[in-house]
Amino acid sequence: MAQTEGRLEVRAIENGTVIDHIPASSLFKIIRILGLEQETHCITFGTNLESKRMGTKAIIKINDRFCEQEEINRIAIVAPEASVNIIRNFKVVEKHTVTIPETIQGFVRCANPRCITNHEPVETSFRVIKAGDEIALRCKYCEKITHQEQIEIRK
Amino acid sequence: MGKKNLVSVTDFSCDEILRIMELAAQFEADPHQQVLAGKVIASLFFEPSTRTRLSFESAINHLGGRVIGFSETANTSVSKGETFHDTIMVISNYCDMIVMRHSIEGAARYASEISKVPVVNAGDGANQHPSQTLLDLYSIKKTQGTLDNIHIVMVGDLKYGRTVHSLLQALSFFNPTFTFVAPDELKMPDEYKLFLDEKGIRYTETRYIEDAIRDADIVYMTRVQRERFSDPMEYERVKNVYVLKNSMLEGTKPNMRILHPLPRVGEIDTDVDSNPKAYYFQQTENGMYTRMAIISYLLGVVK
Ligand SMILES: [Zn+2]
Repeated sequence: MAQTEGRLEVRAIENGTVIDHIPASSLFKIIRILGLEQETHCITFGTNLESKRMGTKAIIKINDRFCEQEEINRIAIVAPEASVNIIRNFKVVEKHTVTIPETIQGFVRCANPRCITNHEPVETSFRVIKAGDEIALRCKYCEKITHQEQIEIRK
Repeated sequence: MGKKNLVSVTDFSCDEILRIMELAAQFEADPHQQVLAGKVIASLFFEPSTRTRLSFESAINHLGGRVIGFSETANTSVSKGETFHDTIMVISNYCDMIVMRHSIEGAARYASEISKVPVVNAGDGANQHPSQTLLDLYSIKKTQGTLDNIHIVMVGDLKYGRTVHSLLQALSFFNPTFTFVAPDELKMPDEYKLFLDEKGIRYTETRYIEDAIRDADIVYMTRVQRERFSDPMEYERVKNVYVLKNSMLEGTKPNMRILHPLPRVGEIDTDVDSNPKAYYFQQTENGMYTRMAIISYLLGVVK
């Protein structure tokens, strides 16, 4: 993918969602969070693209799927600076930034190996807390903290 | 009132903590009130802990309740591979309350979501053990006459010791002052110090026990365990530094009392035992009254 074409390629999809400014290291986590493995529409991924602001970044373009704000917020824990554009007829009709939610349900693994959620089929549940500059997740069950760099997406 | 559980000490408000203190005192004055007559309480020890189990079961028996359950999982449906979910589901049909201990952290919170009856957490791994915290508070209240404005010195493993973390959270309602005495490897974690900062609660940290206990009201001792040290040499170096000896108690305040969640290993010399400031054995007796209070309160059988 040509690196200067970022803006052109946004217009290159007719209808759908473009998620930009994803840290390159978070691309595969976002694929998991949004369940894109199961998606049947055409999806384009670009990663290790040069970014003035971020160094390297990734971008995802999903044809014919329009992400809701709630869905978008779920990626906040791994891509707090992401921008999300909804495209219709080649035009950006909505621009979203992500908002970090108060709770995270279900898709993140608790980093504590002794936590019940890693031993029984229990849906995980976390409160989002501030830990210095970063966000961290406090497990509702074991009450331990999962730090940002420990975040793994459950299968 | 809907079903009320005690999984973490933070499940109780300040008023509820004070209510438990009041009830514990009433049960201590008369430990044979038959308020649990006709109640069946399941005591489920997925992980053995004889001391805690007997304290709970004795509390229930004194108040006329009956106990069903197991003290370990051998010969139970759990050993046949039944899920934890199903075990709790089934047993909650048979009883009025579940008291449970489990080595997996968060097990009690999960059980409280499945169970139709109240759940009391008697320890979930390194996470919570709220009845211990409440009995610590009751011991403080009894020996100091109040929970307010106490200077408490916590000694030993302040990093992994769940009892000190829960006690710190519960005491935060009562304007305490803390002194933390620990080796560098076992210092109080930042998240708890931040919690105190946010609440405007004073604390100091030191590595020297003798200076710290000078103006203490409560000295809370904990075990320093060998397994906690990545470097065994470091353990050998510090293990004797955090031992309380009778000679150190000279010049401490007359109202000062020494608490310890027990079992102790070597951190309190046996020569302290006969000192009137040693309170750790009475503390275990207080545990029974506190557990009577917790169970009766959650079942709503006391006015
Ligand atoms: Zn957890």
